[in-house]
Amino acid sequence: MTVAVFFGCAFIAFGPAFSLFVFTIARDPLRVIILIAGAFFWLLSLLLSSLVWFISIKASNSQDLRLQRDLLIFGVFFSVLLQEVFRFAYYRLLRKATEGLAAISDEDTSAISVRQMAYVAGLGFGIMSGAFSMINVLSDSLGPGTVGIFGDSQYYFITAALMTLALTLLHTFWGVLFFEGCEKSRWWVIAAVVSLHLLVAGLVSFTWTHTFTVHIHYFTSTSSQLRFR
Amino acid sequence: MADHVEHAVNNVSVDGTEGSRHTETSPGRTEVELNGQPPTARPPLVLTDTEEDEDEELTLKYGAKHVIMLFIPVTLCMVVVVATIKSVSFYTQKDGQQLIYTPFREDTETVGQRALNSMLNAAIMISVIVVMTLVLVVLYKYRCYKVIQGWLFFSNLLLLFFFSFIYLGEVFKTYNVAMDYLTLALIIWNFGVVGMICIHWKGPLRLQQAYLIMISALMALVFIKYLPEWTAWLILAAISVYDLLAVLCPKGPLRILVETAQERNEPIFPALIYSSTMVWLFNMADSAETRNNSSHPVPEQENQVAVAPMAQPDDDGGFTPAWVDQQQHQLGPMQSTEDSRREIQELPSARPPPEEDEEERGVKLGLGDFIFYSMLVGKASATASGDWNTTLACFVAILIGLCLTLLLLAIFKKALPALPISITFGLVFYFATDNLVRPFMDQLAVHQFYI
Repeated sequence: MTVAVFFGCAFIAFGPAFSLFVFTIARDPLRVIILIAGAFFWLLSLLLSSLVWFISIKASNSQDLRLQRDLLIFGVFFSVLLQEVFRFAYYRLLRKATEGLAAISDEDTSAISVRQMAYVAGLGFGIMSGAFSMINVLSDSLGPGTVGIFGDSQYYFITAALMTLALTLLHTFWGVLFFEGCEKSRWWVIAAVVSLHLLVAGLVSFTWTHTFTVHIHYFTSTSSQLRFR
Repeated sequence: MADHVEHAVNNVSVDGTEGSRHTETSPGRTEVELNGQPPTARPPLVLTDTEEDEDEELTLKYGAKHVIMLFIPVTLCMVVVVATIKSVSFYTQKDGQQLIYTPFREDTETVGQRALNSMLNAAIMISVIVVMTLVLVVLYKYRCYKVIQGWLFFSNLLLLFFFSFIYLGEVFKTYNVAMDYLTLALIIWNFGVVGMICIHWKGPLRLQQAYLIMISALMALVFIKYLPEWTAWLILAAISVYDLLAVLCPKGPLRILVETAQERNEPIFPALIYSSTMVWLFNMADSAETRNNSSHPVPEQENQVAVAPMAQPDDDGGFTPAWVDQQQHQLGPMQSTEDSRREIQELPSARPPPEEDEEERGVKLGLGDFIFYSMLVGKASATASGDWNTTLACFVAILIGLCLTLLLLAIFKKALPALPISITFGLVFYFATDNLVRPFMDQLAVHQFYI
């Protein structure tokens, strides 16, 4: 609970994403716009899913903790599905934009390829997802306090940071895979991405060994990336 | 492509400071007076299809670059405001004082009374703004440029000296820095004078942009401090509606202002627009006989700031006495007068028209837009219980709104209000994130779910 923890967790969670941004995206204005629009789409999906969850919470009995937890899990799954729906919607929007640009320009290709857009869109989703998960935790870590004083895990901050990192990178990879699947109409790829996302969200809910899950995530993501090289 | 004279319209706000809330693209050529001829005197270009397509593609291509050129200052302004709100507690303390434009208090017993008071406050504020905009339009229409300049000068003086003095004082208090009055006076004096020079006269582009960002941030902080809660949100909503009406309706004051400026071929109030590229310092002469004929088409780098219309007293057409002497020596006596010059210029030019670099085409955003965007994000960070999530959501929403506005600008190619889309998105995301997303994310964080 010091500045050291703050900086450490901030760099763990956002370091790779930040360097990806600086080295690959910051130079090209079009990519920056696609990134921020991707973040916006993720935000929209979160908004709608939290609206649904909120309504379900309000409509149910707030005393029943079991029900509340189940509703939360339902909210998580619904949110994951909605995120993928919005990812698809963003894919359609970007395709339209690419077609528009390609139709106008002299060469047949547009300034940015679908693969690049997929990467940037995925990174946008990832950064926003990570930021929303981590920023409040980071700002709390600056203040005074003791982690796990009531018997919870002491490693809350570090696991949160690592999970955020994993999620950010995973979203990036899923973006690439998803767009690739949509381009080539390989529906099993899309199904794989959606189920992986559900799996990740579900795994985190059901296991307490966070480091273990982090390893799993890196493994799945790198293996899936390798397939499409 | 038709000529597009860029405008930025001033809007009145409290304390004589204004907000101008327009964005336009400004193709450099309309600012450039080529050899003394006004831009409209050029023969219209006949475009073939390919040229039109190229132009369209160029528009889209440079659209992205110019969006980023506006993203950066808007982000900087918001960062300054949020950083100040989070660290300096002065701007979130409500010490009971309110602006004279919002006389009704919000600490009433019933919710209904509070709602009524805030609506009345918002109504008063908006009508003050409307009245002052109309005054401005009238002044502009009747060419009382001196009055407008004096008004702008005074308001910038207030901002750069008085408000920054208060700001600096509060920052020192927060960080417990001991400071003597002498040093403080020196700092404030230098800051203020350099600011006035940069904004109202000439200065390096980046410095001018930095000062404009700083005064927008200061103004936004003032609004955040002195406007009560509900009043502030209502004012944000109302002002974006007003902006929409004032710019797009045929009888709207800002549209009249824009059209008048277009007829007269003048840029408006350069001290109140953030410009992303250098503005060419050329003649904005009032009268026909004082035409500044620049024979150096390329301006120097330091002549960045467009100045409000000024009469050029003795105009020799750029032909300095030394040059004239030399020519007379070489070619025999000749006399260059206004008329002779104009006649020569009317002859078809053998030179190809100068190419425009992409950098010439800048985009402008009014300072009022900066102020209200930063005010929204600042309020989100000050009062939202969702804290950083809400701030981040509002930030992204405003940027996307700005992006959409610029896209519409690229399509419609006329002055558009920059507030409505961004403020609508910002407000929707503020209330939605604060009330819906925050509990959801809190629950997720407690149970360590990651979506």
